[in-house]
Amino acid sequence: MKKAGGRIYTFLIFLFLYAPILVLIVFSFNDTETGSRAVWGGFSLRWYRKLFEDRLILEALRNTLLIAVAAAVVSTALGTVAAIGINGMKRLPRRIMMNITNFPMVNPEIVTGVSLMLLFVSAVRLFGGRSLGMGSLMAAHITFCLPYVILSVLPKLRQMDPNLYEAAQDLGCPPVKAFFKVVLPEIMPGVVTGMIMAFTLSIDDFVISYFTSGTTQTLPIYIYSMTRKRISPEINALSTVLFAAVMALLIIVNVRSLKDRGGQTEKEV
Amino acid sequence: MNRGSCLKYALFAAAFLSLAPVQPVRAAQGGEKDVTINVYNWGEYIANGTDGSLDINEEFTRRTGIRVNYTTFDSNESLYSKLVGGGADYDVIIPSDYMVSRLMAENMLAELDFSNIPNYRYIDENFRNADYDPENRYSVPYTWGVVGLFYNTDYIEEEITSWSSLWDDRYAGKILMFDNPRDSFAIAQLLLGQSLNTTEESDWLEAAALLKQQKPLVQAYVMDRIFDKMESEEAWIAPYYSGDAAILVDNSDNIRFVVPEEGTNYFVDAMCIPITSGHKAEAEAYINFLCDPEIAGANMDYVGYSTPETAAKAYMDPEIVESPVHYPDGETLSRTQVFVNLPQDTSKLIDRLWAEAKMGGPGESIVLVAIILGFLAVYIAILIYKRRKRRRELA
Repeated sequence: MKKAGGRIYTFLIFLFLYAPILVLIVFSFNDTETGSRAVWGGFSLRWYRKLFEDRLILEALRNTLLIAVAAAVVSTALGTVAAIGINGMKRLPRRIMMNITNFPMVNPEIVTGVSLMLLFVSAVRLFGGRSLGMGSLMAAHITFCLPYVILSVLPKLRQMDPNLYEAAQDLGCPPVKAFFKVVLPEIMPGVVTGMIMAFTLSIDDFVISYFTSGTTQTLPIYIYSMTRKRISPEINALSTVLFAAVMALLIIVNVRSLKDRGGQTEKEV
Repeated sequence: MNRGSCLKYALFAAAFLSLAPVQPVRAAQGGEKDVTINVYNWGEYIANGTDGSLDINEEFTRRTGIRVNYTTFDSNESLYSKLVGGGADYDVIIPSDYMVSRLMAENMLAELDFSNIPNYRYIDENFRNADYDPENRYSVPYTWGVVGLFYNTDYIEEEITSWSSLWDDRYAGKILMFDNPRDSFAIAQLLLGQSLNTTEESDWLEAAALLKQQKPLVQAYVMDRIFDKMESEEAWIAPYYSGDAAILVDNSDNIRFVVPEEGTNYFVDAMCIPITSGHKAEAEAYINFLCDPEIAGANMDYVGYSTPETAAKAYMDPEIVESPVHYPDGETLSRTQVFVNLPQDTSKLIDRLWAEAKMGGPGESIVLVAIILGFLAVYIAILIYKRRKRRRELA
């Protein structure tokens, strides 16, 4: 009885989480002239065909992915280095540094967006550029992703035995090599988590991008601009494709890590 | 392990292939002029090559060698804030009437050189020198339309002829209203017989009172969600723009569009060049291209709004051209008014009144202060409790 209650509860939670996505996917196959999101008109792939003909959506998607990848890679590299630095600090400076890095996270996005825009605009004026665009977007995304990376790497550094690094050096390993051979593998889970977080945060950011994009358009901004007419079901189709891609990636990664683990236990035996 | 990474690469390759359609355009752009113009238009407001329509921007690049970086906005106000905020350098923008006059008043538009826009001659006489740009020096009309009422004949049996139906008790809870102040106030003002551009405070107060009175009957204040709500019969009656009628009227037998007898707002979206543009000649070439009757025809067929060029109608779907929804007769048009920019005091007043009308009354600042004080009290109580506890533990 208790178990059944638990099952129902879990089911409800998952229903709550996935029902909207399911509806979105179902309506991406809806066959109506008008792109209704309320009335079902039969099955068709028309919105998928239309999506791949639509240069504007594809261009916005390309911008979004490009920025997300760049922001994830750069902020992970910077954030990991910063975390190592912060971890090596004394208590008081470390607390001060942590507060400074946490501040942008609690700051409302719109404040971050406007302040970055003001900074970039004055920088552009100073250096005689014409317009904000790809460059300012990337800088903004790296900025707001950084604290999340630092936060996910730091605990791993704390867990690590600080003597490991020194031991490696005692055994004649140069510092840089010791970092890559000893420290990095230890903190890798934190680094990967940070990178994934940065990537997802960057992909769905609207507010900060809106202020810093200049004449470049990312997918969230493009979708928002459709709201005077109606958001085309092409967006449903695109979301379905993205959802499927992420799902496939997750499955592959998980199957792989399962296999790796299987291999290891075999070896141990 | 290897199979895993192979799959991953395959996925990446697939992702890049799917982006491939973007590439050829870039490659084909190497025309003699290496210029890119930045165009800022409403979302979903140009033919883009899908569903067999003409890709307007690509066609322009093919003919002139000028590249187009085309981006979109959702409202006149966000266009305005983007222009004022700086950091974006646009060459062609397409604001609506009242925003054109506001930008003109703030010296943000460049005067057009009409010798570069010979196709201006196709613009119909009655669309020139409009109220928002009396000497027609800064703008060229792109589309126009009127606001009207959509209603579902299955539920509403009488013939709707007046805006007052939006105040009808019988349709309580099935009425939708615009989610922006200017359009909503316009409806109340039409009922009261006021000018839509009045600057009298008493007029606006009167209209606001009418909107407040309507508030309990309104199901929701929405923009694009009207389509879903009307189609699913969740709502029965709603005001919206005639250009989007195609989506509703042409595809369902039970939804009708009507321009009420009190008259209505008639709007124009017009092409302008911001004063900051670095490629004015190319921007004028773009405007000229959009005025080409053949291009305008193909474009409007896709967009669904009405064209200000009679010559373009020859290239359009005759069913649309003859439809009174898209091209209301002269008698209907004679009852319309266009928005112009209002002085700042009036705009502020409208914003305040609109917030009040939508919330159903003025916001009580005392309530807000009380809530904040309440939170503060709870916070302090927790602090004190913790401190006492610690002290007790120490003791």
